[in-house]
Amino acid sequence: MAGLGELERAVMEVLWARDAPADPTDGATVREVADALADRKLAYTTVMTVLDRLAGKGMVVRHRDGRAWRYRPAAPREAYIAQLMLDALDLARPGGAPAGAGDRGAALVRFARSVSGAEAELLRRALEDQAREREG
Amino acid sequence: MGQVAVLAAVLAGTVLAVRLLARARWTWRLPRVAILSWQALGLAIGLALIGVPLAFGLAPYGGPTASAATRLVGDLVRGDLPPAMGPVRLAAVAVGVAVAARLLWVTGASALEVVRDRRRHRDLLTLVGRRDPAVPGALVLDHPTAAAYCLPGLRPTVVVSAGALALLRRAELDAVLSHERAHAVERHDIVLLPFLALTRALPPLGWLLAASEAVELLVEMRADDRARRHHAAALAAALRRFADAPAVHAPAGALAVADRAIAARLERLCDHRPPPLVRGAATLGLCTALAAAPLALFLGG
Repeated sequence: MAGLGELERAVMEVLWARDAPADPTDGATVREVADALADRKLAYTTVMTVLDRLAGKGMVVRHRDGRAWRYRPAAPREAYIAQLMLDALDLARPGGAPAGAGDRGAALVRFARSVSGAEAELLRRALEDQAREREG
Repeated sequence: MGQVAVLAAVLAGTVLAVRLLARARWTWRLPRVAILSWQALGLAIGLALIGVPLAFGLAPYGGPTASAATRLVGDLVRGDLPPAMGPVRLAAVAVGVAVAARLLWVTGASALEVVRDRRRHRDLLTLVGRRDPAVPGALVLDHPTAAAYCLPGLRPTVVVSAGALALLRRAELDAVLSHERAHAVERHDIVLLPFLALTRALPPLGWLLAASEAVELLVEMRADDRARRHHAAALAAALRRFADAPAVHAPAGALAVADRAIAARLERLCDHRPPPLVRGAATLGLCTALAAAPLALFLGG
């Protein structure tokens, strides 16, 4: 289902665009998201399914507004990028303990560590603060 | 006691082999053979750790461990143990079973954790990674720090950060992408898993950590070998750029293993001596024998 991931992404981009700090809104309804993606000619139920899935994964939060649900991104795009970079640089250690040899996140294979030692620690803190700030 | 002695010798020999191979430098010129040898050694460590207590506990039965274990289970069910099977022997059998269970459990748990981490990473990547005509087939993350990596799996994905795109020239980028695809094609994530599991299952032992580090470095070197077939000079240049990339200055003495790894990989790219084939073959043969010996004793031979 490569198409589904692509749809999720398009829906998130609509929500992120509406949630920009300069123009904070109270989220979007399914109808509003579907309208924003009008050029894709998606069925209303398709958009609803995608938003449900995203809510299930914790990527969006929703609340009732009258008879409709309003959806908002759970975190800004930059916070997700920061999380991925923590993984990518092998800095995502719970508790901040340095990764021991053999215990690095085996989920990824990296080209090279461009950061090391004290600098890695600084970057890790910065990225985690960023992720926390945007999420919290 | 013959089997216990042989297995203890295998265990001692394996630990010795691990220490020697972790320190060896010729392996850098023959990474694939060295990686295979490490896999055999990883297996040998596990089998010997299980085999020593099990063989000692089951010694009164004689014969191969597998058939002795079957007879012990039969005797336990009937409640009729031979007098030689005292509490010390039974405790040894229990230790062997516990070690086996722990190794299997930790390996399974580590593999599951890796799969879960990877799925979460892939989900996020789908949402925020973007395609870029500059790097066909790869995803770009909009972040200024330089990073390039491979998300392995059935549908492997190569990812580069915007920082890496800015850092590398065209040819260097091709070399990095080719390096990452080599990881994906050869499933280096699976090569690393047994050592991840061993370091988690056992107490922190210096020689085991050295083994993990050595395997991680060899995997990078193997990927370098594939990348350098088409991009030899560019690969070295890319490594140098990554090594010099830090924007913040690290204090003296704070240089991590990663930097030494880059230095080792660069040094090796300039080393044009022929690969030490005889040494490689002898090492691989020895390591395979260390893994095969406990298996042969278990099944009978």
